[in-house]
Amino acid sequence: MEIAFDYTRSLGPVLGQFMTGLRDQRILGARAADGRVHAPPFEYDPVTASPPGELLEVGPGGTVVSWTWLPEPLDGQPLNDQAALNDPAALNDLAAQPRPFGWALIRLDGADTAMLHAVDPGPAGPAGMRTGMRVWPRWAAHRVGSIRDIACFAPDEPTPEAPAPAAGDTVSDNTAPDHAAPVTMTITPVRLRYLHTASPAESAYLRGLAEGRLLGQRCPACGQVYIPSRGTCPADGVPTDAEVELPDTGTITTFSVVNVGYPGQQVTPPYVAAAILLDGADIAFQHLILGCDPADVHMGMRVRAVWRPREQWTRHADTISHFTPSGEPDAPYESYGRHI
Amino acid sequence: MTEVAVVGFAQSPVGVRDDSTTSGVEMLVPIFGQVYAQTGLTRRDIGFWCSGSSDYLAGRAFSFVQAVDAIGAVPPIMESHVEMDGAWALYEAWVKILTGEADIALAYGFGKASGAELRKVLALQLDPYLLAPLWPDSVSVAALQARLGIEAGRWTEKDMAQVAARSRAAAVANPSAQVAGEVSIEDLLARPYVADPLRAHDCAPVGDGAAVVILASAERARELCDRPAWITWFGHRAESAALGARDLVTLAPLGPPDGPPPDVAELHAPFTHQEIILREALGIGGTTDVNPSGGALVANPMFAAGLARLGCAAQAIMTGRADSALGHATSGPLLQQNLVCTMEAQ
Ligand SMILES: [Zn+2]
Repeated sequence: MEIAFDYTRSLGPVLGQFMTGLRDQRILGARAADGRVHAPPFEYDPVTASPPGELLEVGPGGTVVSWTWLPEPLDGQPLNDQAALNDPAALNDLAAQPRPFGWALIRLDGADTAMLHAVDPGPAGPAGMRTGMRVWPRWAAHRVGSIRDIACFAPDEPTPEAPAPAAGDTVSDNTAPDHAAPVTMTITPVRLRYLHTASPAESAYLRGLAEGRLLGQRCPACGQVYIPSRGTCPADGVPTDAEVELPDTGTITTFSVVNVGYPGQQVTPPYVAAAILLDGADIAFQHLILGCDPADVHMGMRVRAVWRPREQWTRHADTISHFTPSGEPDAPYESYGRHI
Repeated sequence: MTEVAVVGFAQSPVGVRDDSTTSGVEMLVPIFGQVYAQTGLTRRDIGFWCSGSSDYLAGRAFSFVQAVDAIGAVPPIMESHVEMDGAWALYEAWVKILTGEADIALAYGFGKASGAELRKVLALQLDPYLLAPLWPDSVSVAALQARLGIEAGRWTEKDMAQVAARSRAAAVANPSAQVAGEVSIEDLLARPYVADPLRAHDCAPVGDGAAVVILASAERARELCDRPAWITWFGHRAESAALGARDLVTLAPLGPPDGPPPDVAELHAPFTHQEIILREALGIGGTTDVNPSGGALVANPMFAAGLARLGCAAQAIMTGRADSALGHATSGPLLQQNLVCTMEAQ
């Protein structure tokens, strides 16, 4: 399962200036009350807790104070960001061959603290990394006001005639106009992969689905039946071990009509998401109600499962496509009221 | 002041647990059973519950609520959660007993790291503006710290390998350990770098696990445990989140201000060189048995390993192996936060 989210954050006065500086290819620091220059700048003086005065420019050159070498980089890290590479050729290249690189703490010229960033030592690889080495920023081609406006640091000193090249950049899009508005926000895309494991109880439920059966479990202490079972009775904290097969008919205990679209939505609105109490179960589970006008759905309505065609039965929740009204008379409130 | 003691401790086996989900329930139910059996308590005797876990690690929202299934929350319980190691849950439970709101409290921690990209998940605990967008993975960041110490003459790669070898040898007697056994320093140093100067043995293994500790007030502790581990001191320090602006290889003194060194110390050091930093910050010298369990280098279940350190330290007292013990837990990058608890027999 892949979970992705773009975190959008406001920067505040200090980091706003710092990020605006990066967009304009300048690195800013802050002088603390003790005289030490922090780069990146602090938002509050670590000794006096006062905000910094006017930020001052540091670098762009710096000295490596510690480093490491990452032979197997992770997706998203500098020089290995698939999303940042729009060039399909580069993308194929990267998929085939991750690009090892160094991490370093870099003390920029004029600063007393260090900045963590990536270092590309070029063809020398790890042999090109050492404490005390001199490095300069390699600017990203498209800068937006982010720590990633510095693509990485590298040991090639820029000369006045040939300013630091922007990474992967052939056109001179690398000088943002000075009059551009200050940067106030930053967006950080976060993308993480998870491999979820089904518990023994969940596995039994999913295997049942593939056979067209609905399997729950009964608590040995209180006798309540849970479907799908979580393996443990949430009321008693004891394992539920007795398997119970339930019919595919039930009662709507509560519901919601979804009228709003959202990214990744599987069904076109309007549609109904309902809590359904299967006959014989003590806990409702959520499913779709289709096959009727959403306006007709109500509490106590009797429904039955609509299974996908037999050849599409799998160990996946969508083996039941949805629930639909069964046409039976409504269930009395007392029969489901305590499960709402 | 009300006295509080540890009266029960259990931890799950640690490893890649295919039988367990990110809710923690499958790992927690058996160890809850163990501490109930140790103390003769039932779930209804617990006045306060507190857990440590992380939704980022679980990859699902409110994962700690699902863990409550392992408790059995009918009738309703008094429950809290920290998005930190369970050691901080233990601290909250200790405070709860001190305030008189509970006589008996249970702290637990759990984490299933094997299903997540742990090195990337841990990058998200870094500064969200200046660091996290670069995805500096946890091993690389620790490598920067290790090199600083090496080049300052504070330790060598061989010193680090010795920490690993001693931890693995100690773990032979620890059924919860994920790695254990006798290894030679030369063999370890011959292996390749994962992130120069760190090799695989310098880094805690990635595994799934859980731990639980029961605390009791003075009135109850003696009836629940023959030899309670009485809590004598708690200390907590947090360092700056600006990694490049703090001294990464020296921590301010972490232990209690006075008193003799403990018989046993359990230190939560996920990297070999961090054990060396912690020994210095705690002033632990020759007479203290450090990490007789093997420590986090043999089993590091996220959000449970720190609680397990405090639990192992308490267990040394409860079993009569020690008269005094110190447990340490860390959270955040590069020993940013440190919690220390000292305990003794009476
Ligand atoms: Zn029950």
